[in-house]
Amino acid sequence: MSNPYAKLPAWAEYGLIPLINLVVAFLVAGLVVLLVGENPLNAAYHMINGAFGRGEYIGFTLYYATTFIFTGLSVAVAFHAGLFNIGSEGQAYIGGIGVALACLWLDKTMPWFVVFPLAIIGSAAFGAMWAFLPGWLQAKRGSHVVITTIMFNFIAASLMVYLLTRVLKPLGQMAPQTRTFEAGGQLPKLDWLMSIFGLNLGNSPFNVSFLLALLAAFGVWVLIWRTKLGYEMRTMGHSPSAARYAGIGEARITVIVMMISGGLAGMMALNPIMGEQYRMQLDFVQGAGFVGIAVALMGRSHPAGIIPAAVLFGMLYQGGAEIAFEMPSISRDMIVIIQGLVILFAGALENMFRPAIGRAFAGIGRRSAVAAQTRGA
Amino acid sequence: MDFFHTIIAILESTIRVSVPLIFAALAGLFTERAGVFDIGLEGKMLGAAFAAGAVAAVTGNVMMGLMAAVLISVLLSLVHGYASITQRGSQIVSGVAINFIVAGSTVILGEAWFRQGGRTPALSGDARFQTITLPFADAVRDVPFLGPIYSELLSGHFILTYVAFALVPFSWWVLYRTRFGLRLRAVGENPSAVDTAGISVIWLRYRAVICCGILCGFAGAYLSLAMSAGFVKGMTAGKGYIALAALIFAKWRPVNIMLACLLFGFLDALSIRLQGNPLPLIGQVPVQLMQALPYILTVILLAGFIGKAIPPKAGGVPYVKER
Repeated sequence: MSNPYAKLPAWAEYGLIPLINLVVAFLVAGLVVLLVGENPLNAAYHMINGAFGRGEYIGFTLYYATTFIFTGLSVAVAFHAGLFNIGSEGQAYIGGIGVALACLWLDKTMPWFVVFPLAIIGSAAFGAMWAFLPGWLQAKRGSHVVITTIMFNFIAASLMVYLLTRVLKPLGQMAPQTRTFEAGGQLPKLDWLMSIFGLNLGNSPFNVSFLLALLAAFGVWVLIWRTKLGYEMRTMGHSPSAARYAGIGEARITVIVMMISGGLAGMMALNPIMGEQYRMQLDFVQGAGFVGIAVALMGRSHPAGIIPAAVLFGMLYQGGAEIAFEMPSISRDMIVIIQGLVILFAGALENMFRPAIGRAFAGIGRRSAVAAQTRGA
Repeated sequence: MDFFHTIIAILESTIRVSVPLIFAALAGLFTERAGVFDIGLEGKMLGAAFAAGAVAAVTGNVMMGLMAAVLISVLLSLVHGYASITQRGSQIVSGVAINFIVAGSTVILGEAWFRQGGRTPALSGDARFQTITLPFADAVRDVPFLGPIYSELLSGHFILTYVAFALVPFSWWVLYRTRFGLRLRAVGENPSAVDTAGISVIWLRYRAVICCGILCGFAGAYLSLAMSAGFVKGMTAGKGYIALAALIFAKWRPVNIMLACLLFGFLDALSIRLQGNPLPLIGQVPVQLMQALPYILTVILLAGFIGKAIPPKAGGVPYVKER
């Protein structure tokens, strides 16, 4: 498809436009705050204070960010191949089974650094498995991956309720959750990393899986821009017909990409299950898979954009709790609105301000060209 | 006889739960047939339900509630239309965005305005739809077999229920027997042909999106003004997605949509009924399996194992005139 918009300098393309979209999204969110009868500036102050005011708060912010890096990468990888994976939510949920099984099996006998790799493999494998079917159905049977992944989110939710109420729940316990893991199923916190910066982690669950998330972000960068598979993915995402012409196996790429995407989503489960709760609970994903969509759109599907976008949403989650505490009329549902607005302005309406900016740049370009000419004459 | 009454009761609740699905799926039919995919049925329905509940509670008038529902839902549709038709953004991304914006703002605004934990005040009297007893329903109640079918199954529903079922043939008529319908379907299959004929693709798609908004408004109003007495947070609970599934399951055809919605409604009614009761021959079926069944069926259908669901050809693709 031809791009009907003028080409912009890279810094405007990847810096200015996302920034403008983000600012507009926050302005609209501010209007909602006004509508509720609170002061948006106060809300912003409480949010930033709540997210970064103390070492403990920063720990929570980064804990949430860890989760969103995984789900953001998951959505982004699929975006590069032209696939929209709305199923990260379900894949993360199912990925939890892999983590829980590894922990339940070995937590009493093995130290965490033995259980952790197994849990990583388990979570990625279960997440990938849950994404395999939608991918395969798209590749071989032509059913649209968006619809199937939505359906799989619901199927995953039902399946997990069944498993947690009947299979994984210890006998004689009412709550639908696994037993609490022993030391082997608990990831160490990153106190040492925080103390380098002179911060105290307090009670926050900021843990080793953050490092894994950074590693995964680097891995995704290598995959997409430094490997043959990544090149094929991007070709397919840009132009499926060009990919077909070049002999790239569309079906194979679709299935592999969906499985990588699902695996990344599944690894998200490590953070809440092994890092905070030390057990698998009902609905532990809490919409993080959907936040991943906003994170990927805001980060322009590039790991270097996804990490700050994830931190921003981590800030919203942690700071949002603080706002809810200070201003009772603004609950954490405010984050859901902001998330929706970011998806709207950074995603669906990303071209809204482009013509105006393009014109502005064209104007500047012409003027400087004219200036150069007059100087030369 | 007891078995017969159980069946009647299940069918009666089937009708009750399938009404919002029928409204929403027909709403989706109009936009998707015009080539605009809509994941945002869920959000529009939720927004409409909230508007209906809030306005009916404040004014005490059910019709004001219904109008507010339609208004909000149409506005949300126009946002979707602006993003996906005018700005040529991704239709799926826009739909997802609308779902989130509505899910968050209904809770925030509901809590700020009514302070009842995201609910709107309970409605009664004129602020809520009342059930209608069809003529002679009481007189024929004792007639064996046909009596209960008439007086319990067909009579005693809300006006919106009858509207929903009447909309099925009406939508068929609009889509297949009017000029507007022909053009609407054409714009979903081959927009450039419609453009060549001198008809505005943009305006036609906007009208389709508005039709979708009106119908989603009815779906939402049914939830908060008829099925329950007021809005409860997150009350659509995935019904928009089930409607979407029904739309695909029905291969984008009006009568099939009604049947698909009734089927999914039946599964829902049955799963409530079967909670704790074993099924003859099969034994205990986990409730979760029954709840997941509509989604599983849709996946199987989409995979082409039960016929093939072919979406409108130009669906999901923004129309670019200059070329």
